[in-house]
Amino acid sequence: MAGHTKYVPQSAPAKWLEARLPVISLIRGSFVDFPTPKNLNYWWTFGGIAFFVLVVQIVTGIVLVMHYTPHVDMAFASVEHIMRDVNYGWLIRYLHANGASMFFIAVYIHIFRGMYYGSYKAPREISWILGVIIFLLMMATAFMGYVLPWGQMSLWGATVITNLFSAIPVVGEGIVTWLWGGFSVGNPTLNRFFSLHYLLPFVIVGVVLLHIWAFHTTGNNNPVGVDPKSDKDTIPFHPYYTMKDLLAIVVFMIFFSWFVFYLPNYMGHADNYIEGNPLVTPAHIVPEWYFLPFYAILRAVPDKLGGVVLMFGAIAVLFFLPWLDTSKVRSATFRPLFKIFFWLFGIYCVALGYLGAMPAEGIYVILSRIFTTLYFLHFLVVLPLLGFIEKPDKVPESINDAVLADHGKPSAA
Amino acid sequence: MEHSDTAEPNRRDFLYLATGAVGAVGVGALAWPFIHQMNPDASALALASIEVDVSAIDVGQSITVTWRGKPVFIRHRTDKEIEEANNVPLSDLPDPIARNANLDANAEATDLNRSAEGKEPWLVMVGICTHLGCVPLGQKGDFGGWFCPCHGSHYDTAGRIRRGPAPENMLVPPFAFVDDETIRIG
Repeated sequence: MAGHTKYVPQSAPAKWLEARLPVISLIRGSFVDFPTPKNLNYWWTFGGIAFFVLVVQIVTGIVLVMHYTPHVDMAFASVEHIMRDVNYGWLIRYLHANGASMFFIAVYIHIFRGMYYGSYKAPREISWILGVIIFLLMMATAFMGYVLPWGQMSLWGATVITNLFSAIPVVGEGIVTWLWGGFSVGNPTLNRFFSLHYLLPFVIVGVVLLHIWAFHTTGNNNPVGVDPKSDKDTIPFHPYYTMKDLLAIVVFMIFFSWFVFYLPNYMGHADNYIEGNPLVTPAHIVPEWYFLPFYAILRAVPDKLGGVVLMFGAIAVLFFLPWLDTSKVRSATFRPLFKIFFWLFGIYCVALGYLGAMPAEGIYVILSRIFTTLYFLHFLVVLPLLGFIEKPDKVPESINDAVLADHGKPSAA
Repeated sequence: MEHSDTAEPNRRDFLYLATGAVGAVGVGALAWPFIHQMNPDASALALASIEVDVSAIDVGQSITVTWRGKPVFIRHRTDKEIEEANNVPLSDLPDPIARNANLDANAEATDLNRSAEGKEPWLVMVGICTHLGCVPLGQKGDFGGWFCPCHGSHYDTAGRIRRGPAPENMLVPPFAFVDDETIRIG
């Protein structure tokens, strides 16, 4: 924040502006002089990558709206019009459609990085909670965006997801009718989803700024999990991390481009190239890959309300993570048992993702139940207990000590 | 906010409360139009009833019509299907209630209560799985009725849920035979 810079305006215009709106010192304090732990590894670049993809989504989205028609009779055709007639429409749409997946890839890595290095622990609980809110907003935005092309998966995905609310006792049916604006997913639904899909990304930008404000107030966490103690532990954000983030973003853009130019429909479903038909449900409804673990949890429970509660619970439990993890040591580097359970948890998530894509029958249902149980056990039993039974390794005195231990004595440098 | 140290509420306290209360009522009153605008509008409600000619549907055939944007199955059932439905003891049904909008809310889910009044071969129901709203496939599944491909719910020949995650029998909408060849739904 502004307090992190010693900037004093020199030129007359700068002095004039600073006296009225101290925006130069705000930017210098937040993104130039901001003291950042000197040991951040490449896992820390995914926050910046995620923000970059968010900007890509907003820019491509605004352009797509210039050519898209939000009406059930014309939406599907207008998307094909974008693909065939609009100059570079194919590029902009493929960037936007694959950008959604890229956003989730970056954010999932960012979340797992936070989990591994204990970034959610005191005093960064608010940063973490804001992050979970961003995650929820992203899910809502992505879901509504997927409805807009009005293909078969759009229509039936919207039907299944909105029907989740009908599981709520007494008021459920009323809520679903209210969400639809009719008695089924139809034109009013498409119109309001379009409106909200345009709004929510800007809400995400707002919450992202709060998220940054919060961890700039506490300072970044780092791979050692020890807060900076002296100037030896930190370096200015610019040029060190602007350049590191930029390199990571460029490498990520190569990965992104590989999908956009060579596998643009790899992460989509062929059924969404069939126009939405309210009288025929596709044989196999699957959500986009980034929802699959939660979808597997939904289907693991034989009871409708129970499945919905557990699915939302799988996300809600993240809000309580700072208090469920009882260990005082942040970084998994110094937690031998937690490290094992962290990777096991990663396996549970991938397994649930795989099971969410499989038909809900036979062995898949049984495995879904096992992994759903393991998912919740990790948060509700393993993490609270580990803090008491685990004997952590010796934590370094400071970031500087840890860096020197890794890279030899200062004289060797 | 200032507050007085006197024990008795004074004029200022009253004014604070009164202003706050009027403000809250105003916000609430203005919020309602913004919430209610999302409910079904007059044009959606105007599609509330349709008439369907069923003279061309032979025994063993079905048609699907749209009512309020939802598919409605109209099936002219075979004797075998009716017999199968009648042979199921009510205790075998996960949902023992008829879910027939034309009958009492807790009527039993017998085949007679599920079918058209006085015309047992005719089954009219909203073709939406009561789990998460997919359209089940006809004459499929383990009970010869309908099968929902989304999450594997099986319905019998009377449209009653028999196995799978769906909690209720498929809904029988308000309908009646206007004459022998025409059904009015809604």
